[in-house]
Amino acid sequence: MATLKELAKVEERFVGGHRLCAGCGHGISVRMVLNAAEDANVVVGCATGCLEVASTIYPYTAWNCSFIHSAFENAGATISGVEAAYKSLKKQGKIDKDFKFVAFGGDGGTYDIGFQSLSGAMERGHNIVYVCLDNEAYMNTGIQRSSATPMGADTTTSPAGKVVPGKQQPRKDLTAIMAAHNIPYAAQTAISNWQDVHRKAKKAFDVEGPAFINILSPCPRGWRYNTPDIVELVKKAVETRFWPMYEVENGKWKLNYKPKKYVPIEEFLKPQGRFRHLFAPGNEHVIKAIQKEVDERWLALLERCGETPELPPK
Amino acid sequence: MTPFNRNFGQGGTRKAISPDMNWRELTKAGNIYEPGNSASYETGDWRTIRPVWNKDRCIHCLICWRYCPDASIISTDGKFDSFDYKHCKGCGICAKVCPVHAIDMFSEDEIDRQEEASKNEK
Repeated sequence: MATLKELAKVEERFVGGHRLCAGCGHGISVRMVLNAAEDANVVVGCATGCLEVASTIYPYTAWNCSFIHSAFENAGATISGVEAAYKSLKKQGKIDKDFKFVAFGGDGGTYDIGFQSLSGAMERGHNIVYVCLDNEAYMNTGIQRSSATPMGADTTTSPAGKVVPGKQQPRKDLTAIMAAHNIPYAAQTAISNWQDVHRKAKKAFDVEGPAFINILSPCPRGWRYNTPDIVELVKKAVETRFWPMYEVENGKWKLNYKPKKYVPIEEFLKPQGRFRHLFAPGNEHVIKAIQKEVDERWLALLERCGETPELPPK
Repeated sequence: MTPFNRNFGQGGTRKAISPDMNWRELTKAGNIYEPGNSASYETGDWRTIRPVWNKDRCIHCLICWRYCPDASIISTDGKFDSFDYKHCKGCGICAKVCPVHAIDMFSEDEIDRQEEASKNEK
């Protein structure tokens, strides 16, 4: 494992001057992932989203490497096309350098709109890395619900009111769906543990064939928490088992972090404004439903990872 | 004939894009040929609170560098060097993640007022 002192010497691929909000989780996640590519030549593709519109406002680009963007729904198809063209040119002897291909999509461009294109890219077995920066709603267009939005969250299209307490449905488990494509590498990680992000990104770059990483990337505007607390909040998401960190390598599931204590989900919900209404009297049943969902998913995950399915001691 | 034109029809000349340009002079398909040129766009004026480095307390662990969303912590030879105030948006994450509290956040207004006061004294 490289130390931060060594990693800081790697050339910066996502430079300052982009227009992401102050304290945006995307900036941190992207810098961590691209830093793990170290000396390799990188080609980045992006789905439309906060990251794309904020980093490539004409005539500026924050990407210190090759970059391509085509549309919202086809980040997977675009990057696999680039990879296929590169392979052909290499075969013809017109390119001699080696390249790595990575696509970034938000949860809207990955869970919902870009899903078929991503699924196709994974099935065709292109040598690419797809990174989903999951901020749990369509933040770029004004915080609309996506299939990554957790139950009970207040968004502009699932507003919390007197009758309906926020989003009614639990979130989609995309990492498991990607693992079901039987790709060489699929992982879920969070920025609170940078060593884990670095290790998984490095593995994804090194692996031959498609790799998928899902990173929890908080949005200060949409989640409505105190901006500097980003790392603490993500840590809580991991500790409450809302966002378990695991990886699936060639069909083998492995849990990377097991909380020692049972931390109730309230710890994660409380600092966020989008869940504030859940703490009003009469909405206790929603928190209970979220807790039940989290516990059930945790037990199922433990079983998949070959561990004894039991909740952490209280 | 070359197999494909690397400039995608741009030819040999590349002019810097400026606001008074005609649409015909812009690059085709909105391509940008200079990587990382957003560094010349300064987002530092978004900032309302400013991080200030405390040299004596710093242990050069570079955790602040790792968690900066704007790549605004400059390190040289694996050591903390300075803040890039031209791009720092003042989110305050660096001050929060610092294990030894070597970064303090100050209000920009307060700093401006102090600077003005010291100027008036002279």
